[in-house]
Amino acid sequence: MDEIKLHFEVSGDDFTRAGEASGEVKRVLKEIWFSSAVIRNVSIAMYEGEINMVIHAGGGEIDVEISPECISMVLADHGPGIENVELAMQEGYSTAPDNVRCLGFGAGMGLPNIKKYTDEMDIQTELGVGTTITLKVYNQ
Amino acid sequence: MTVGELKDALGLKVLCENDDALSREVTGGYCGDLLSWVMSRARSGDAWMTVMGNINSIGVAALADISCIILTDSATLDDDAKMRAEQNGVAIFQTEKNSYETAKELSKLI
Repeated sequence: MDEIKLHFEVSGDDFTRAGEASGEVKRVLKEIWFSSAVIRNVSIAMYEGEINMVIHAGGGEIDVEISPECISMVLADHGPGIENVELAMQEGYSTAPDNVRCLGFGAGMGLPNIKKYTDEMDIQTELGVGTTITLKVYNQ
Repeated sequence: MTVGELKDALGLKVLCENDDALSREVTGGYCGDLLSWVMSRARSGDAWMTVMGNINSIGVAALADISCIILTDSATLDDDAKMRAEQNGVAIFQTEKNSYETAKELSKLI
């Protein structure tokens, strides 16, 4: 299998389209016969990342590379940045506004879920500049 | 037990279904309305009991590989959510019972 590269633009403030990119990655992974556990881990991590981009950053871009050994995802936005990454990584801590909570989001589980469902997670963030999250899920 | 058998056993009202979704195996259940919480805790194959009938619920169900959604307390399904569910092949049912009562019935079946 050759390496597959996918690129997605995530639009901001559009919850009806959030999940389209992760849905597409799930479809591609299914076609290549990755295990359902790997597919689920990638799907959940990426969906949480997409939702974060919509809630906090006014959208962003996602690049996915799929090889037989590993699925890598780079989620980059030009949002406000994360003020306190340590706090943001705690389950239950959220800065999401009330309108987002009414939709069932904002439980403070986004980043913790991403960590839970990936093998490697790196966050680079700068206030006023944006955030780039690099994720890896190994095919094991 | 399949999703179709569960639907019949609990007398659920059908909001969205197809043959593939109805033949899926139900292996457990999960109750909750916070989407990230559900995505983190629900297991693949669970029947998900919730009052959240919006489009993002469908995304969660599809990505977390949930076997079906049961909207409890007669919670309604948004039009765009129904459309997304049909595209993704997610079975959705509705019941007048609350999540506790529905889960109680489900636990007798699986």
